[in-house]
Amino acid sequence: MIKEFKNIRVDKLGIEDRINRITKRSLKRESKLKGLEMILSMIDLTTLEGMDTVKKVEQLCYKATHLHNQFPNLPRVAAVCVYPNMVRIASNSLKESDVLVASVATAFPSGNATLQIKINDTKEAIENGANEVDMVISRGKFHSGEYNYVFDEIAAIKDVCGENSRLKVILETGELGDYDHIRMASEIAINAGADFIKTSTGKISPAATLPITLVMLEAIKDHYYNTGKMVGMKPAGGISNAKLALQYLMLVKETLGNLWLDKHWFRFGASSLANDVLMQIAKQKTGFYQSNNYFSKD
Amino acid sequence: MSSTIQPLEFNGNWELSPSLESTDHLSLKNQYGLFINGKFVKPLSKKLFPTINPSNEATIAMIAEAEEKDVNLAVKSARVAYDGHWSKMPNKERAKYIYRIARMIQEKSKELSVIETIDGGKPIRESRDIDIPLAAAHFYYYAGWADKLKYAFPIANPKPVGVAGQIIPWNFPLMMAAWKIAPALATGNTVVLKPAESTSLTALKLAEIIQEADLPPGVVNIITGPGTTGNLMVNHPKIDKIAFTGSTAVGKSIMKNIAGSNKKSTMELGGKAANIVFEDAPLDQAVEGVINGIYFNQGHVCCAGSRLFIQESIYDLFIRKLKDRMQSLILGNPLDKNTDIGAINSHNQLSSINKYIDIGKKEGAEIFQLNCEIPSKGYWCAPTLFTNVSQSHAIAREEIFGPVLAIQTFRTTNEVINKANNTPYGLSAGVWTDKGSKVFNLTSKLNAGVVWANTYNKFDPTSPFGGYKESGHGREGGLHGLEAYLNLS
Repeated sequence: MIKEFKNIRVDKLGIEDRINRITKRSLKRESKLKGLEMILSMIDLTTLEGMDTVKKVEQLCYKATHLHNQFPNLPRVAAVCVYPNMVRIASNSLKESDVLVASVATAFPSGNATLQIKINDTKEAIENGANEVDMVISRGKFHSGEYNYVFDEIAAIKDVCGENSRLKVILETGELGDYDHIRMASEIAINAGADFIKTSTGKISPAATLPITLVMLEAIKDHYYNTGKMVGMKPAGGISNAKLALQYLMLVKETLGNLWLDKHWFRFGASSLANDVLMQIAKQKTGFYQSNNYFSKD
Repeated sequence: MSSTIQPLEFNGNWELSPSLESTDHLSLKNQYGLFINGKFVKPLSKKLFPTINPSNEATIAMIAEAEEKDVNLAVKSARVAYDGHWSKMPNKERAKYIYRIARMIQEKSKELSVIETIDGGKPIRESRDIDIPLAAAHFYYYAGWADKLKYAFPIANPKPVGVAGQIIPWNFPLMMAAWKIAPALATGNTVVLKPAESTSLTALKLAEIIQEADLPPGVVNIITGPGTTGNLMVNHPKIDKIAFTGSTAVGKSIMKNIAGSNKKSTMELGGKAANIVFEDAPLDQAVEGVINGIYFNQGHVCCAGSRLFIQESIYDLFIRKLKDRMQSLILGNPLDKNTDIGAINSHNQLSSINKYIDIGKKEGAEIFQLNCEIPSKGYWCAPTLFTNVSQSHAIAREEIFGPVLAIQTFRTTNEVINKANNTPYGLSAGVWTDKGSKVFNLTSKLNAGVVWANTYNKFDPTSPFGGYKESGHGREGGLHGLEAYLNLS
């Protein structure tokens, strides 16, 4: 596949000005509660550690379906995100629920492996029950200007995923440098068939930021304008509190609008965000902040 | 671009609950006198007029109307203060007072921003984040220059002008007072300042600050009233300099009045700025700049980017992005922290804006307005844009001073330079392109006092501001702003 990628321009100061304005939106009462509940429903509850065990994943899956028993009508998180060798465990634990299983794949987090290994990694994850695959792009190839390599690799993995498994493409923005690069990588991923574009693995700092997310949302918007096709967005890493998550949600609302305010099109990749959101929901419902010891840590 | 694609929807799903700034910390009187010779005094005219909240038409306070005898008193007190002590005071001593005023504005910034918002109608986000911080910044900046004038103008022997008569507009009341008073004091002049009739309150609060700061009596006098009060100042023989910010029509009449007198003048008048978007611009950020350029402060901005020029190759895409961005603007109670578009400043101004909107429709331009709920009381105008505008349309030629954008297209750089300069005004312009060489080419060819590149409506006390042609003469801000209040030899 030969394709020319046009360099769409992004102005760093303009992006940051826009974020300054978004973060000044003030969310109170009903709008805050609704926002918090939306966030919960959009979380990909994540454990991606070298020391992950069966028990750890099982505990996380239980948490995913029992966020906070004191408030029975809370939405459940969208998915649990694990390494490929934990997919079967997660899939068994979650089979009674509507929580999806997402698996990282393609030699996560570095992506430094051959295409064949990446394809096999992905196939295995899907065969074991992954509903969604979070792949990483080859950043080295991107930096050497081999955009078609990056494109073809994403397209090959999307082929493996087929129609039934949604593909999230991790750009690892912390390794891409400028906003222009992030914009271009977003274009490549979207055109190669990504169902979602995702900022980070969580293993590199900086991970997700609001300005980076805005750059990626703008790429999604332009694609929608051109084709009518929606692509999802998943900021991941570093979003650990409800206030920040609400700012992300406001950014989505004002950039892409209502259609994207849904777990089918927007996700948070996070491990500790859920508890802070629960604490804020408890505050909104009871009027008091509760100790974090009242919220289970799994 | 396919037209079958469902348009993006931005409202109706997750609405923001009200988030009102509190007003219970305000200390406002029911009635204000004139601030002359360090004291609030009753007007000899015995006349009062109401100042109202344009978002609900409620009267906030009664304001004194200064007539001839009052103006004479104010000028006399400024004269005595000038001759008696202020012009002779060591410069570094003057600086201390100006620093003190700056600090007190910061200390009272919350109260000042709320008053600015209820008296003028602008969103609290703007008065809190822009007006009041910039007002303080101007006092700090010019306090720093007070003892460095000989360094600023070497071998020119800088001397103050005398008594400055300053007449300011209603769009940035406290900020304009700061722009005028700070450089005048730093250079050793004394001041008689008149705020606009519809927005006197923050200037009167500034008078309280000046009193509390122990500025010697008579150095700053603040008198209130309508245009006739300003006229008395303009024609007063004991005033040495007129600094005016306002409409070009009034500016012209002031210049006629002071012709032949020895008065110095600075005029900061109207504008009809071109905001130019090239096909190689960062488009989403340009959209943001266009929105900020025209809808900031309901378009009540002399340097507003009221004429938008879009290169034809990106026209459809850009208009689509612009209309989508407009959907997330929130019009409503100016005290709500989420409000983007507040109330129009006065009934008169609203009538004038509406008149232009009618003219635009009659001239055959295509109107698009934000579909939003308009509050039942107060003066409101939904953000508006016109497409299919020609250079000869009135909405592209005359200053509307409201949230109304006139959009035209262009093909080449020379064409857009010609169109942008084809106006009696020359205050400001904006250029959006990723290409640095294009920016520098345009900045040298646009006849505008300020040209912003890839941003708009950015202000800083260190940067001079002022116009060409019928947008006025003289500069405020920066080193240039000092010169306007000095006699140099």
